[in-house]
Amino acid sequence: MDAKPYARLDDVSLFYGDKVVLKNCTLDIVEGAITCVIGLSGAGKSTILRLLDALRKPDEGHVYIGDRDICHTPETELIEVRRKIALSFQFAALLDSLTIGENVGLPLRENTQQPEAEIRQIVEDALDSVGLAHTYDNLPSELSGGMLKRAGFARAIVTKPDLVLYDEPTTGLDPIVTHLITDMIVRLRKKLGGTAVVISHDLQSIFMMADYVAMLFEGAIIAYGTVEEIKRSPNPIVQQFLEGSEVGPIPI
Amino acid sequence: MKLLDGLGKGTIETLEYAGGITQLAGESVGFIATLRIRFGETLSQCYLLGVQSLIIVLLTSLFTGMVFSLESANQAVQYGVGSLVGGAVAYTSVRELGPMLSAVVVAGRVGAAIAAEIGAMVVTEQIEALRSMSLPPVRYLVVPRLLAMIIMLPLLAIFADVVSIVGGMWIANTYAHIGSADFISSARQTIGFPDVVKGLFKSVVFGIIIALVGAYQGLKTRGGAAGVGLATTGAVVTSIILIFVTNFIMSYMLYGTH
Repeated sequence: MDAKPYARLDDVSLFYGDKVVLKNCTLDIVEGAITCVIGLSGAGKSTILRLLDALRKPDEGHVYIGDRDICHTPETELIEVRRKIALSFQFAALLDSLTIGENVGLPLRENTQQPEAEIRQIVEDALDSVGLAHTYDNLPSELSGGMLKRAGFARAIVTKPDLVLYDEPTTGLDPIVTHLITDMIVRLRKKLGGTAVVISHDLQSIFMMADYVAMLFEGAIIAYGTVEEIKRSPNPIVQQFLEGSEVGPIPI
Repeated sequence: MKLLDGLGKGTIETLEYAGGITQLAGESVGFIATLRIRFGETLSQCYLLGVQSLIIVLLTSLFTGMVFSLESANQAVQYGVGSLVGGAVAYTSVRELGPMLSAVVVAGRVGAAIAAEIGAMVVTEQIEALRSMSLPPVRYLVVPRLLAMIIMLPLLAIFADVVSIVGGMWIANTYAHIGSADFISSARQTIGFPDVVKGLFKSVVFGIIIALVGAYQGLKTRGGAAGVGLATTGAVVTSIILIFVTNFIMSYMLYGTH
């Protein structure tokens, strides 16, 4: 692959007690592209996002953001690294006690010296770009699941990060909202530039948005390529996963 | 062998717990010392954790003072030492009952609330979201609650002292016919300003225990709603045990050597 990686998991292994989550996992996140990671439930896909956001450290191997190995970076310096990365959580993870506007503006209010009026304008623009222009004063409990995910996107993009990580952005949503959110991820990446990583089971949505697809199986990346390359993959595990078949090498 | 295994495991868990609380305290002190404090949130927590605990603290202190007076006044009069009741009630309230009772009541209400709120934030990934946004959860959540408890628990203890003494005076007057002037005179002769200061010092320590234990239990929550329940129970039980133990140690150090 010739494209320049923005981030890289290099021979990463991670264990929870006796359970192997990732084993010698290597993955390049291409700069300026949307990389989607697919795999079975519990395969460790979300863990990859936590590693890229420096929220977890691997037991073995290295995680690079640019040329910097964030596994050996002190916590105080990781704060600066995380400011260039945004993680959109599966269930949005908005703070219950704050309004949507306060949630979205939180990283700006806490981490920058920008005047309140300027922050308010940026937050309103971010909410507008995800179709939630009139929810500034609503509490998270007043929004639907799809709206919460979009508010989570707004919080993720408000700081204009270089890398946006989406954890299962379409899980549990109806087909119309799924399409809307998939389209929004592509639109936001084009509008803001930067790089995105999406974790999802939703193959239809992945084929719509992905520049590159990686399949994670038993802790390692077993297939990587463009959408067409993955669709044509000779790997029987990939083919069984894409077909959603019970018959094949994947143990049920 | 099982007994030794259990003993070893228990020792390791206790040391891990103590280490975790110490680390949390160290991080909190770091933020406070560098004035990286969310003042608005601290004020808000003063109201939520302190002011909203006032009624329950007043009620428990009032009835405890009244019971103490009821039990002691009649007997004191029978033995001809009724003039000492005011002193006994005030002495006990200011040095022990006020600080400790208010702390125990607040541990039940506030310790549980802190653990439940932070625990729920852990299981809904809100804590991870804070870290992801470069907002240290200790500064964002723990420090305001810790400062609120350090400020508010001594204030609650003062209210507890006053209400307990007033309740005791009323009962002593009603059931043992001890005059209010005698009661107050006895109280003033028995307790001094140092006693009040030492009682308030105890409250500060209890406030630190309640906030740190509640926050630590919340932050180490695992396993969804059941985990939040366990964290809440653990926070209350541990806080109350630590309050009783440290109260004895502090009483011994502050008063025991006289």
